[in-house]
Amino acid sequence: MPTINKRISEEIRAQARKLLEEGEVAAVLGYGAGSLPMTVKPLVVRRPEDCSKLIWSAFCVLNLANYLPAALKSVEPPRGPRDPKHEGPLPKVAILATGCWSRNIVVQIQEHQVARGRVVVMGVGSRGMVSRRKVEALFPGLEILAVEEGDHELVVRGADFAETINRWSVVRDNCQSCTHPDPVLVDLRIGEPVSERKNPNPFKQVEEIEQQSGDERWAWFTREFSTCIRCYACRNACPLCYCPTCFVDDAKPQWVGKSLDAVDTGLFHVLRAYHCAGRCTDCGTCETVCPMGINMRLLTKKLNKDVLNLYNIEAGMEPDSPLPLTTYTMDDPEKFIITELTPVPRAVKEGK
Amino acid sequence: MKVFKISPAELDTMIEQWNKVHVVYAPAMEKQAAASPDCAPGWCRVDGSAALTLLPLLTGPTLASVKPFFFPQPETLLTYTLENTRPDKGMMREPERSKDMQVVLGVRPCDARSVLLNNLPYQEDQFFQANRQRTALVGFICDQTLSTCFCSRMGGSPLDNEGLDLALSRAEDGFIVEVCSEKGEALVTGLELAPAPEGDISALAARRNAGGNPSATELDSLKGSELGTLYDAAMWQSLGEACINCGACTFICPTCYCFDIQDEVVRGQGRRIRYWDSCMFPLYSLHTSGHNPRGQKVQRTRNRFLHKLKYFPDRFGPFSCVGCGRCVKDCPVNIDIREVMDDLMHLTAVE
Repeated sequence: MPTINKRISEEIRAQARKLLEEGEVAAVLGYGAGSLPMTVKPLVVRRPEDCSKLIWSAFCVLNLANYLPAALKSVEPPRGPRDPKHEGPLPKVAILATGCWSRNIVVQIQEHQVARGRVVVMGVGSRGMVSRRKVEALFPGLEILAVEEGDHELVVRGADFAETINRWSVVRDNCQSCTHPDPVLVDLRIGEPVSERKNPNPFKQVEEIEQQSGDERWAWFTREFSTCIRCYACRNACPLCYCPTCFVDDAKPQWVGKSLDAVDTGLFHVLRAYHCAGRCTDCGTCETVCPMGINMRLLTKKLNKDVLNLYNIEAGMEPDSPLPLTTYTMDDPEKFIITELTPVPRAVKEGK
Repeated sequence: MKVFKISPAELDTMIEQWNKVHVVYAPAMEKQAAASPDCAPGWCRVDGSAALTLLPLLTGPTLASVKPFFFPQPETLLTYTLENTRPDKGMMREPERSKDMQVVLGVRPCDARSVLLNNLPYQEDQFFQANRQRTALVGFICDQTLSTCFCSRMGGSPLDNEGLDLALSRAEDGFIVEVCSEKGEALVTGLELAPAPEGDISALAARRNAGGNPSATELDSLKGSELGTLYDAAMWQSLGEACINCGACTFICPTCYCFDIQDEVVRGQGRRIRYWDSCMFPLYSLHTSGHNPRGQKVQRTRNRFLHKLKYFPDRFGPFSCVGCGRCVKDCPVNIDIREVMDDLMHLTAVE
């Protein structure tokens, strides 16, 4: 009996081939095999014969919605700046989407980055994606040469060891705390739907930090972000970050310093998180791609919690619902304007 | 070349001695929860004995390359004041520079080679040269390589001591120490070390000979190939499509050395800094006119690889890659330079 993900891979290939052969879509956004264990490559397939390269595994940790606007643009007929607008419908793109990625596509539709009519969402229920970093941490000092994936376990092999580990124990934090693993927007169902998870406390990680004193939280923040090398992988892998020029790249005027000064690095991370408020689906890609292993996801997770508490909204659940932070109503909470400031940590006051 | 043999305890004593007069750094053993305030991420200051902690380091590259010791992030080039009351307002001054010797432990042959490669374009750069002068590299010859290591393919070798000041290699109950430079000589002066036995020296030489001649590689055909063929290859399209254009590869790469310069003024005190830049960023190639010759993602992705594999060797000889494999491991979208090289080789073979 092939594993669930093997069966899903087969189904993805067959459906993608059909969509391309019938001319329903001009491209399919999916994953190809990576060159190292526990890696995948994002892949845009344009020819039916290339569909055999598509795979599905527990290591599909990149959010494909990040590639969607560019993929849609790439299949449009070429058009110069003075050419008239193309008449008739533009070609479509199919994209694989789990719960969080489908919600990102919904946000892209809400924010007019993606036209609903041009996207074919191939919905896959997520069983949680595995963190390569968590697996590697189980084998300190050893090089992992191959990982075989079962439905509930992983067999990890190195030059002179082979060990079976529980799959869920190495699933990413964001997937473990996820409540909507099944896509909210589906045009084409792949595999079986997965049920909503009754997650008793999706914000546990955030609450652990919230319970600390101001000084402790400040210490957490400075420590966590001290290894940032400002490569911006977190930003560039995020489907929410599509500004043509990011505020950190702006040179006229320049908002943020360019070196590794803790103030500049901290400012980048705080502002990036705030730009994602009410839009983030906790897909965890930012944290996954960080070469330094920084848990910047906890900032956006905190904002997800605040948006849920203040507006009772989770990002991207319905295409027709308004965006929480760009919609104003008379009964919006306004307590924060009148101020109920938490005391400023001493370290900040003293400029440490 | 002098060759000594030392025990792990003697290595500890050596490190203790260096620590008294120099600043000694060692690789952080795992991704740190926090960077040390006094050195770059991936490195830590050594206090006390280090030999035992260095032992596991005989496999694979260190987490961070030695780049921050030669290209501090950032490097202050000049300082000035903008206070109106000061007669020297706006006058540029050279900052006080540390002349302290820094000793970097646990350096891999690939990283040592990166310094030699970076030296080619930076031969006349006073800041790089000053940092080089005050930095001694104490390295370990690799006992084993990882599946992501490909130094031999780039013209290096896991057993090389080139670029190191002291090269340590594992021998029975201790280490062989090769003194490879004047700086290395200075590090062992005054220490009473036993010369290595002839058997150990010949065993090391035999290991090196068995490794073959690394200087010529199959990749050399890229150097003679037509740039246009490589530049117009269809492969860049799919590569550029997958690349997210972050700077991870360039910042963790030991041979990516591009920088930008900027003035920072805080409360009237200014400094002109040189900091790491990345050709993956659109701002890197943006002209004052607003025109960007590498305005598209695919152009930037192509530039990074062709710089390493074509432009740099065309100008300086060797490839600008030491095969440490850090980018292979850490690229968020698994762009693997080994596959890029395979594809380019295939192209030139067809040509």
